[in-house]
Amino acid sequence: MASLSVSSRLNKAVRQQYMSLPQGQKCQVTYIWIDGTGEGLRNKTRTLDMEPRSIDDIPEWNFDGSSTSQAEGSNSDMYLVPVHMFRDPFTLDPNKLVLCEVLKYNRLPAETNHRNSCKDVMEKIKEHSLWFGMEQEYTLLGIDGCPFSWPTNGFPAPQGPYYCGVGADHAYGRDVVECHYKACLYAGVKIYGTNAEVMPSQWEFQVGPCEGIEMGDHLWVARFLLHRVCEDFGIVATLDPKPIKGNWNGAGCHTNISTKQMREEGGLQHIEKAIERLSKKHKEHIRMYDPRGGEDNVRRLTGLHETSSIDDFSAGVANRGASIRIPREVGKDGRGYFEDRRPAANCDPYAVTKAIAQTCLLDPEEVSLKN
Amino acid sequence: MATSASASLSKAVKQQYMELPQGDKVQAMYIWIDGTGEGLRCKTRTLDSEPKSIEELPEWNFDGSSTYQAEGSNSDMYLVPSAMFRDPFRKDPNKLVLCEVLKYNRKPAETNLRITCHKMMQMVADQHPWFGMEQEYTILGTDGHPFGWPSNGFPGPQGPYYCGVGADKAYGRDIVEAHYRACLYAGVNICGTNAEVMPAQWEFQVGPCEGIDMGDHLWVARFILHRVCEDFGVVASFDPKPIPGNWNGAGCHTNFSTKEMREDGGLKAIEDSIEKLSKRHDYHIRAYDPKGGLDNARRLTGRHETSNIHEFSAGVANRGASIRIPRNVGQEKRGYFEDRRPSANCDPYGVTEALIRTCLLNEEGDEPTDY
Repeated sequence: MASLSVSSRLNKAVRQQYMSLPQGQKCQVTYIWIDGTGEGLRNKTRTLDMEPRSIDDIPEWNFDGSSTSQAEGSNSDMYLVPVHMFRDPFTLDPNKLVLCEVLKYNRLPAETNHRNSCKDVMEKIKEHSLWFGMEQEYTLLGIDGCPFSWPTNGFPAPQGPYYCGVGADHAYGRDVVECHYKACLYAGVKIYGTNAEVMPSQWEFQVGPCEGIEMGDHLWVARFLLHRVCEDFGIVATLDPKPIKGNWNGAGCHTNISTKQMREEGGLQHIEKAIERLSKKHKEHIRMYDPRGGEDNVRRLTGLHETSSIDDFSAGVANRGASIRIPREVGKDGRGYFEDRRPAANCDPYAVTKAIAQTCLLDPEEVSLKN
Repeated sequence: MATSASASLSKAVKQQYMELPQGDKVQAMYIWIDGTGEGLRCKTRTLDSEPKSIEELPEWNFDGSSTYQAEGSNSDMYLVPSAMFRDPFRKDPNKLVLCEVLKYNRKPAETNLRITCHKMMQMVADQHPWFGMEQEYTILGTDGHPFGWPSNGFPGPQGPYYCGVGADKAYGRDIVEAHYRACLYAGVNICGTNAEVMPAQWEFQVGPCEGIDMGDHLWVARFILHRVCEDFGVVASFDPKPIPGNWNGAGCHTNFSTKEMREDGGLKAIEDSIEKLSKRHDYHIRAYDPKGGLDNARRLTGRHETSNIHEFSAGVANRGASIRIPRNVGQEKRGYFEDRRPSANCDPYGVTEALIRTCLLNEEGDEPTDY
């Protein structure tokens, strides 16, 4: 098939024979990091002599930053600092996936290492028990760059029947979704759910509830698993926020937020206070909500297709055309959580969650949102 | 190619992921009927442990503006779990959960016919109404043409296909076999299958089911059919007249009996019911497809083993009548009768409710009674 990679047609039975070879005490650990684009993921693997029991058992490593848009060739060694360990659903137990922070040669955080400063903020506001849930939308493409299963040189029937749809004429590529879900469950990623999205070949999974820094960790690894699963099938997952122009939905990363106070009796007032603070920092947040300071989201946040306009801030109960949506149940119960619908699908969850934590929970003097 | 691109994704790869253990986590796929009254939607969430009964499944919600059920500005709708089945796609301990839909104000959605049906069934529970529904459907390629038919053409005329065997007579049996097994696994009360008169057309029967179970089991059987077809890369259509001309339509013949009808001398009760039905033909026709009779108008022509939509008729062993009394029932003077009017895309809740109202609650006239 024109849209599947050549790799995907390599014989999986042959692969299986090798993958079922025992490996003694040795353990394969795959280090994962975010590259210089702020949205791309990289990985490489090393052998350890035995299974690491915790993240502390995993040594620091390094890599060639000049090959990942992160450093000059003359001074290209960069450090990989393990921060979160998961089971490996591809090579299976006892092997591990390890999410890493990237440090420059001088041990300062790399430009696209937003985790470092996010962690600091999350430490400061720890007492609030800040929970997140992020809804990752994505589109499946063939390796020809066209949405998977779309007719060549044409379009499917207009949007309407695809959201949560079933049937070969409505759901394109469900195998990927099913496999990704299982992979996440195995790995220990907190996957909350999945659904087909409004545009055909577009899907969504949700990760959460996660507290503080965990949100970014789990979402980045979930994304890595998605790319790996798609690679196995020979197709591509894109997090581009507006893959197809015109009357086709974009892809976002709606972020659900709550603090201990918001979840308790009378929490709605704290939700409203948080929204009030967010309303004053709209432009600053938009800059943090995609890896290009808002330029990617401009194509998506038009005010149509269940988005708010990028220029205006708005909030409303059960309103999917607003920047912030308060779920109906929450409006009724007077407590719960709220949803920031602005982040783009390719946002950095560390940057998003940090901005939200700062704006909603830190005093203005403590904060200086960088561009 | 008549099958979808998704169907050519590697199933060996999929199998490897689907075999991954998932710890204690359970995937629950929530299923509901959308705003068209015939479309099905689904999305999944993770539960921390296996639910033992329907009561353990939490309510959920969804975006009704993407399913023809609400406006974007006020789009949250509720999913209330109603019936739980095993998941034949993800297997134990995962579940399929059929749900009722409520609007934002907790009133039933327009196409939520289950709520009233349930009420009616409870009112006549002591009469033990049993149903068996014969679901006909046509398999189509993703090009919309019946599966196995020559492109831009037609097979030989009807005659050899009904209950046929052989590649020149039975088109797509794999789907039927897979669907049957999946229903048995899931716990759906499937009682049989056969190839139908038109090539690429098939039938399965669900029942006997008492009361509300009929609608629940049939809707889940339909969902399973759509999912099985999706896996094979073809489409199941419940359109009541997919091909105009000298080709059979697709119905959902509904067999009905009460305890009284099943006992000695029950024929009298059967004849009484038929008498009541004869006076309410228009009301039933409106209840027997999702467009108030417009869909059935293309099918109930009086030819191809249907009765004419404008006239009510009944007879023993008569397949051209609205109501058929099976010959053995006529002989044994007890049993059940068959209403041949419902369309393949009918809502079984609507159909079974109409039968109860007319035959057991003795309603008359064009409108249902408000109790």
